Amino acid sequence: MPQVNINNLILAAVVRDTGLAAGVPLFLARNAEEQQKIAAYLARILNGMVHDLENGVLIVVRH
Amino acid sequence: MEGHLATIGFGTAAGTLARLLMLRNDYRQYPGYPHGYVIHLSLGFIAAALGAVAVPAIAEPDFTAVTFLALAAQQFREVRNMERKTLEKLEELELVKRGPDYIEGMARTFEARNYLAMGTALAVAAACQWAGREWAAAAAFISLLASWRLMAGRTVGAICDVVPVPLEFRGAVLTAAGVALVNVGAPEMREKILREGLAVCLKPRDADARATLDDLGQRMAVAHTAAVILGTKNEIDLPELTPVVRKNIDTGELVLAIVPFVRDPEALVAAVRRAPILESARSRPLRTGAGRAARRRRYPRGMV
Repeated sequence: MPQVNINNLILAAVVRDTGLAAGVPLFLARNAEEQQKIAAYLARILNGMVHDLENGVLIVVRH
Repeated sequence: MEGHLATIGFGTAAGTLARLLMLRNDYRQYPGYPHGYVIHLSLGFIAAALGAVAVPAIAEPDFTAVTFLALAAQQFREVRNMERKTLEKLEELELVKRGPDYIEGMARTFEARNYLAMGTALAVAAACQWAGREWAAAAAFISLLASWRLMAGRTVGAICDVVPVPLEFRGAVLTAAGVALVNVGAPEMREKILREGLAVCLKPRDADARATLDDLGQRMAVAHTAAVILGTKNEIDLPELTPVVRKNIDTGELVLAIVPFVRDPEALVAAVRRAPILESARSRPLRTGAGRAARRRRYPRGMV
């Protein structure tokens, strides 16, 4: 069960526009399809979960 | 001496039998190993022997001999610690965790079962010593029945209604029965969850039930039970598919979403209904005047 607490960590953000996120490892994608793919790969590699902020930013979070 | 031997024999046999009857192996898969059986049967036998020997000690009379019952209590506390440690170690590798409340409840149950075995032995030995063997048999029957009843805990189905509810996505947020459960970023995961997932709503029947379901340990126990019985598709690198339980903050209802191997809503309802109510989660605000007054003010006409 993903518990919400201070240990939840943003591992990376995948964006198409670098102006949308800062302060975390940032991955730039060329299109929406590539963005989803990168996010999915990162989630599998880092044992994290992809969350959609619905403003074009995908973040990978470990719960 | 002859009489004492019969007393001790009857008492010990009844106590060991009680422990054997309480040694269940079900979906909890614990103790699911032959060695686990041996350990608990041996401890049950020792507990029964201690209980049975106390009666001739009193009859003799050798009252100081009864102090070894204190020694037994010490031993059984050790049993609880041992069980807790084992379960905590195993918990680290569980994909859907039992939760500390569940573990504490199981460890306490193991300790309590030894006391029940000892109590049964004591009652049967006492009946055998002072009332005869027929009465000993009757005492054995009654105490076995009592142990059986005492150890059958209540289940979630007794305090709330469980109904299947549909899953939907509002944007990226998985929602069921109006409760936002979790944000899922990947579109194919959303499709998978909608296609293969199930959700149920747990509607508490009164304020006591609501307070019990509020407990995080109780929620983990519900999710764990559902995951063990129906299976779950979550993996170490796929946390999206982890069963999730969230509360409707306005009504106190719980929503459980799970992506099971067996997609059977009725089976999920049955699994959730049979999840145990944990001792540590059990709460009874309605037993207090303040709790009842709060309920009247909040729900002037309603049941809840």
